[in-house]
Amino acid sequence: MQRIRLRYTKRGRLRFTSHRDFQRAFERALRRSAVPMAYSAGFTPHPKVSYANAAPTGTASEAEYLEIALAEHRDPEELRAALDASLPDGLDITEAVEARTSGLAERLQASIWELRLPGVAAADAADAVEVFLGRESVEVERRTKNGVRSFDTRAAVASFTAESPATPATSEQANRSDGAPCAILRLVVRHQTPAVRPDDVLSGLRATADLATPVPPEVTRLAQGPFDEETGSVADPLASDRTAPSRAAEAQLSGSA
Amino acid sequence: MTVESVFPRLEALLPHVQKPIQYVGGELNSTVKEWDAADVRWALMYPDAYEVGLPNQGVMILYEVLNEREDVLAERTYSVWPDLEELMRKHDVPQFTVDAHRPVKAFDVFGVSFSTELGYTNLLTALDLAGIPLEAADRTEDDPVVIAGGHAAFNPEPIADFVDCAVLGDGEQAVLQITDVVKAWKAEGRPGGRDELLFRLARTGGVYVPRFYDVHYLADGRIERVVPNRSGVPWRVTKHTVMDLDEWPYPKQPLVPLAETVHERMSVEIFRGCTRGCRFCQAGMITRPVRERSITGIGDMVEKGLKATGFEEVGLLSLSSADHTEIGDIAKGLADRYEEEKIGLSLPSTRVDAFNVDLANELTRNGRRSGLTFAPEGGSERLRKVINKMVSEEDLIRTVATAYGNGWRQVKLYFMCGLPTETDEDVLQIAEMAKKVIAKGREVSGRNDIRCTVSIGGFVPKPHTPFQWAPQLSSADTDARLAKLRDAIRSDKRYGRAIGFRYHDGKPGIVEGLLSRGDRRIGRVIKAVYEDGGRFDGWREHFSYDRWMRAAGALAGTGVDVDWYTTRERGYEEVLPWDHLDSGLDKDWMWEDWQDALDEVELDDCRWTPCFDCGVCPSQSTEIQIGPTGKKLLPLTVVNK
Ligand code: SF4
Repeated sequence: MQRIRLRYTKRGRLRFTSHRDFQRAFERALRRSAVPMAYSAGFTPHPKVSYANAAPTGTASEAEYLEIALAEHRDPEELRAALDASLPDGLDITEAVEARTSGLAERLQASIWELRLPGVAAADAADAVEVFLGRESVEVERRTKNGVRSFDTRAAVASFTAESPATPATSEQANRSDGAPCAILRLVVRHQTPAVRPDDVLSGLRATADLATPVPPEVTRLAQGPFDEETGSVADPLASDRTAPSRAAEAQLSGSA
Repeated sequence: MTVESVFPRLEALLPHVQKPIQYVGGELNSTVKEWDAADVRWALMYPDAYEVGLPNQGVMILYEVLNEREDVLAERTYSVWPDLEELMRKHDVPQFTVDAHRPVKAFDVFGVSFSTELGYTNLLTALDLAGIPLEAADRTEDDPVVIAGGHAAFNPEPIADFVDCAVLGDGEQAVLQITDVVKAWKAEGRPGGRDELLFRLARTGGVYVPRFYDVHYLADGRIERVVPNRSGVPWRVTKHTVMDLDEWPYPKQPLVPLAETVHERMSVEIFRGCTRGCRFCQAGMITRPVRERSITGIGDMVEKGLKATGFEEVGLLSLSSADHTEIGDIAKGLADRYEEEKIGLSLPSTRVDAFNVDLANELTRNGRRSGLTFAPEGGSERLRKVINKMVSEEDLIRTVATAYGNGWRQVKLYFMCGLPTETDEDVLQIAEMAKKVIAKGREVSGRNDIRCTVSIGGFVPKPHTPFQWAPQLSSADTDARLAKLRDAIRSDKRYGRAIGFRYHDGKPGIVEGLLSRGDRRIGRVIKAVYEDGGRFDGWREHFSYDRWMRAAGALAGTGVDVDWYTTRERGYEEVLPWDHLDSGLDKDWMWEDWQDALDEVELDDCRWTPCFDCGVCPSQSTEIQIGPTGKKLLPLTVVNK
């Protein structure tokens, strides 16, 4: 059995795809491209797909990950191209590597988020971020299935900066050339329980610095992966699969020895 | 004139609404064309929520048929939920298509498909959100031509004020003919304006334009006559019938949404029409004659459709799928072909016979045998003769014995309440039948845990059926009758607990009845309901009987009321509001069939017995098209391996 790890995106208007919606779409794409999936045992066998840490509905992402198990060997790049062609534009498969290590989910330790705040001046946003970072803790409330719960958002934030709006837009709305201000924030959040999501941090900005967002902010996950506490950087979670020797190569080595 | 996408404005509203994905489009196999490259532009609507509307076969077929033409552009729009409607009104975002998010008002034609009358208030919501005047009379050349289609369009009189046209019957060829008329009129520089365009459409004989007909009433409220008010338009407008379904293998590229919908499968229509002759069934009456798709045509559509969609289940649709002349070979052939790939097959059929159980067995070869549904429709033998549902109690018991014996644990029985001539006694027979079913089930399966669910729908008399003259049972009587039945089932010590009982109260049926057999005077009621906030009337949580009854106050001064439309029996001479709309059925034949019903006389199916002269084939120049072809489905060679 071959396992393949895929990186995929949720771009533009398809950021409104929920995780369930994506799962259905992906499994149909597997069928359309006739991927030889391995199936779970049992009365109603399911293709073996494991999803890791999906971005919330309404949030765009450049870095979502999943792993599939195949019954027959396939070239990862060919598989990627076929699946990508089969999915709608916006749900794009951007990388595929053969799994050679375990623990992909555990390597997803932190995320880099981009937050675009249309209608908010860059300077106001920068001030609010400063206030936020100056706090020991920032409690916010979120409505969950079990009622409203309150939790800290500050501790999970590893870094938080305001950028100049010169960076290229990642979404259709930001492409509007109506000259309205648009602040862009860059946020690094550690994955922990309870999970702190970008909209929780935005609630935090609202609570601490009274930062109002007249238009719904556009949030994009730029990366997620192993987190280096010292440098504050988020690394590529597939790097170790790329560098580890392939099982085929291992077999060859032991065969020639 | 290029039209701008409203998406940027809509996008800002989406984070605030439930399930935003339903409004963004981008479905697999959807089409976005350049606005300026098309001569004729259609906005197609299914007037219900996206989750119900997207899988609708009618809209999907027309969308594809129209888009296949290079000079035509077709996009889809659905009803928005109240949460988004409120935001759209506040932020001035108009009704939009999900394909390119273009405003509906910018299109040439706005086609709305009604499978039920309960979508009428949603039509008004959409028109208003689109910025199109609600009343057809107030529209200008800048507004699209609003066309109603679907089964409810066989009596469009209640919405005659709000639509410009109605089209009866199969839409595939009709939409192309309409397109040609619109295209020519536009190319000539729109001579005569909107009125001339509507006149040209009416003149084809296949498009009903209500404004060209005047309705005269008698002093007692009945219709005196309906007459054209302009020379050149036909006295009667005929329905459209597509012959040779193999030539129309649509949808070829079924839409696959990202959002979850009510049908997570692809569908292939295996035949159209039904001549079993159940007297309550409008769908069966207005879609005659029977036209089968061939076994090979079906096999082809399933194969191509699965490749294009990646669905895991295929539904073989029709009004009674077990009736296809080669259904046994179709079911076996498809089950063989897709066994490896774990593709599920389903087939809506409620026929009460052992063959139907065999079919269900075939389709669930390696799956779970949960529940089977049978529809005797009428509780007593006498009543089943009235409605022409030829099932004896013996048939039913034998059939359920086969089902339980084959490992099915649950049997669902479907009945109607409020059928013509029905008494409490007829309905109480349902309890007796259910008890016998359980007794037989326990006997053949040797188990005590088998179940039977009795599901009851209220009967609503429909236009173009032999019951179009029948009185509808009042909601109070319906409720009382069903309460007696419930008590009879619950009070039974031996079997009561094994029988589930599902029914709805009689009130929604009265509103459906009002809209089904209504005339133009009902338009003001629909409008009053809409203005009072009525939306999504097909949804229990949105439907309000009281709102409808309040709105029916709009009938004051007409001499008619809700009872007049619903519980009143009509006579032979009465001009019915839809008499000038030709479904092919001969009115005298329908009247005789109504008299036969009252005399408890049954009528056979013209597929296996000689033609009984319902009138359809000669008047529409159509004929029954059925197999068997004698062909078999060949296994597919797997090219991928
Ligand atoms: S005209 Fe005759 S053959 Fe045609 S549908 Fe009616 S009864 Fe059947």
